Amino acid sequence: MERDAEIQNVMTTGQSLYHRWRKLKNHGMTTVSGLCLLVAVVPLLLIFGYTLYQGASALNLDFFIQMPKPVGETGGGMANAMVGTAILIGLGALFALPVGILAGIYLAEYGSNPLGVAVRFMADVLSGIPSIVVGVVAYIIVVLPMKHFSALAGGVALAILMIPTITRTTEEMIRLVPQSFREAGLALGISQWKTTVRIILPTALKGITTGILLALARAAGETAPLLFTALGNRFWSTAIDQPIGSLSVFIYDYAKAPFEDWNQQAWAAGFVLISLIFLLSLIFRFVTRSRYGEF
Amino acid sequence: MGSSETVSPPQTTDMESSTEKQPPEGHESFPAKMVAREVNAFFGKTHALHNVSLDVPEKHVLAIIGPSGCGKSTFLRCLNRMHEVAGGSMKGTITLDGQDTASIDAVDLRRRVGMVFQKPNPFPTMSIFDNVAAGLRFNGMHNRKKLEEIVERCLRQAALWDEVKDSLNKSGMSISGGQQQRLCIARTLAVNPEVVLMDEPASALDPLSTAKVEELIYELKSNYTIAIVTHNMQQAARVSDMTAFFYIGELIEVGETKRLFTTPQKKQTEDYITGRFG
Amino acid sequence: MAEVVLAQESEAIAKSGGPRPPAAASVPGTASSRRWNVGDFVFKHLTMLFAVGVLSLVFLMGWEMYRGSSDSIAKFGWNFLSASTWDPVRDEFGAFPFLYGTLVSSLLALVIALPLGLGVAVFLAELAPSWLERPLSFLVELLAAIPSIVYGLWGIFVLVPWLRLEVQPWLGSHFGYLPLFQGPPYGFGMLAAGFILSVMILPIIASISRDVMLAIPNLQREAALALGATRWETTRVVLSSARSGILGATLLGLGRAVGETMAVTMVIGNRADISASLFSPAYSMASVIANEFAEATTSMYTSALIEIALVLFVVTIFLNALARFIVWSVTRRYKTS
Repeated sequence: MERDAEIQNVMTTGQSLYHRWRKLKNHGMTTVSGLCLLVAVVPLLLIFGYTLYQGASALNLDFFIQMPKPVGETGGGMANAMVGTAILIGLGALFALPVGILAGIYLAEYGSNPLGVAVRFMADVLSGIPSIVVGVVAYIIVVLPMKHFSALAGGVALAILMIPTITRTTEEMIRLVPQSFREAGLALGISQWKTTVRIILPTALKGITTGILLALARAAGETAPLLFTALGNRFWSTAIDQPIGSLSVFIYDYAKAPFEDWNQQAWAAGFVLISLIFLLSLIFRFVTRSRYGEF
Repeated sequence: MGSSETVSPPQTTDMESSTEKQPPEGHESFPAKMVAREVNAFFGKTHALHNVSLDVPEKHVLAIIGPSGCGKSTFLRCLNRMHEVAGGSMKGTITLDGQDTASIDAVDLRRRVGMVFQKPNPFPTMSIFDNVAAGLRFNGMHNRKKLEEIVERCLRQAALWDEVKDSLNKSGMSISGGQQQRLCIARTLAVNPEVVLMDEPASALDPLSTAKVEELIYELKSNYTIAIVTHNMQQAARVSDMTAFFYIGELIEVGETKRLFTTPQKKQTEDYITGRFG
Repeated sequence: MAEVVLAQESEAIAKSGGPRPPAAASVPGTASSRRWNVGDFVFKHLTMLFAVGVLSLVFLMGWEMYRGSSDSIAKFGWNFLSASTWDPVRDEFGAFPFLYGTLVSSLLALVIALPLGLGVAVFLAELAPSWLERPLSFLVELLAAIPSIVYGLWGIFVLVPWLRLEVQPWLGSHFGYLPLFQGPPYGFGMLAAGFILSVMILPIIASISRDVMLAIPNLQREAALALGATRWETTRVVLSSARSGILGATLLGLGRAVGETMAVTMVIGNRADISASLFSPAYSMASVIANEFAEATTSMYTSALIEIALVLFVVTIFLNALARFIVWSVTRRYKTS
């Protein structure tokens, strides 16, 4: 068997020009993909920067503790909106936490079976349903029977949105707890369910809590489902069976308004919102990394 | 501990041979295609190879044996600078035809010094034909007729042609493990390398495929320089002309295979061969 | 499964009355094995109940929406999707303009976000050094965490003026012969919606593609490099192996774009027009629901809007299910090989 002289030629000599082209392509593509990254990160910085820049001037103590002023008057705040958001996510958590945590425990403890696979799949599907659709469902099952908009309806919508996240987070955090804890509990003669509840769960609690906080923060940013469930309220209200204001709807209304003063307040509220979410995302990342090693 | 640098014949002292730049004893018969001198390899803080000096004789088979973790794969990867891919660094020199490999472009070097891996790794989304042609296409050869010629020749060289000639369009993963490994060999041969490095090429294969691969190695050596890492001493004895014994990152002894296996000069070599460790 | 097996073994030992460490006796509730059985049984089935609840939530939602839109379905049938008249006054409802708006804005978003997202994924998975990759990945994921309303805010006050004053005039004067870029530069409209959607779905496409590429075993990269391939050529091999996963990522991104509401509503112009031009205002399915639902006066009006929600529901479930199936089968293939 001999080596083909022609191939040898192509591979070595005729190669140098093409070779240089390949190297050029290599460097070119590295640059292009690096540029893509820059283009991706730029909007992030722009958005964060803009909300800070625009919103900073409207950010003062009044903003947090005052009520919205009537049209025409400057100043005022979003106190009722913030309280409204707190109440809404509180209601949402009330429904979503038991369901999500218990379902997550099921998946982590007993979920390696077809039912578990189906539940996980459905939870993922649920997380992909647009929030506006969830709002429509909440309208049908709460607003229609009650015959008026209410904080309760908004809470139900947010609960449905939070359930998939809480379920998955709970499952993943429990799975991360090392087997040795479980074995230690069982070896002591503690029943399986007690081992789960009193040993595993507390160990995973830190991660689960942070995951829940993250889900709550994301829910606080939801606007669409609230538009026709909780509706909105310019006045102070904490009643569950009445329409209630929220931070996100506040931003929406004030952004659309023709008053520049109001627009600025919308930016300020937006800044508060994304700061909250970013902060919690960072904490979540930090907590889950330091606890169980690199993710 | 025996000599940590060059291999010394029984009479000469360690100091004498270490100051010389001559190739280690036992190499004189074969001219060297690649020459390694005082190679030290590092992965982070781990010092994987200590002052290894070894010749890879041209158009012969050099077997590299030793217990696991002794640095034989690391040495092999230094030869085609694949250690850099895993984050390693190297001190010392390795030359190919007298030219320092550090001064040759890595991409070019790897075409000239090919590698077959322990676990067969055909490209899963490519057909058998495309797998063999992959290296050629990277290098700019797109002429269909030329490609077909080379693919057929390399598959024949790898003793795989008869088995796959009617299913060249099937996925590279659709054949058995032994066939996949021969496919990888054909793929390596297609870019016309001068040296073929093999990292335990048969350890993941069944005995029949192993025998075929060994036969292949024996036939290839008339055209290619081959260095093969193996933990199977019988295999080394069967296919190689020269054998080098590594232990904990050092080259302990190198020599003609027959001689090394029948009359090893170092105690460690003898212990390993007779199975006292490793 | 290991923990279940272990637990069962422990229970078996306990039931046989085998040796128990002294400490066990002082732990309350462990005295009788019969009580364990009940506790475990109850706990398991309680959690199972809630898990099944999560499962049935999706079906419940679908069912309620189907019922709520039954009036509209009965009256319009399939014409609902092809008719273009949306007239609440006369109770005439045709949803085609919204379908068109959603489709075009989402596809435009994909066209922009797919190459960019792939570029980011390639950079993060193959080319970036590991100390750089993790913080950068985090930054990209942060993009996904920004709420839609804040995107909308930025859209109204930054993006739209920029489009109106700079981009659209430029496009109009250079490419105005194409029907895509004709008409007055409002700023608001299909282009703004597509643009803002692309920023929103880029992190999804980038993160998932990056994950899929990282899952490709190193053995393939080594094989290519050992043949004398350049870094980029090796990346092309990896991309080819990852292509079904990347398809899955694209479908997930598309699913998100289709359902996006606030950001789109605030920049799309909210006019039920069908036009070839990207400059013209449009209306998406999610936007019409957001704008008109609270004030829907007649029950037929509400029913029609619920039907639009149902269409959105079905489409996003389909896209999501398909995408997750594809991503699942790709990562599974590499785990078993």
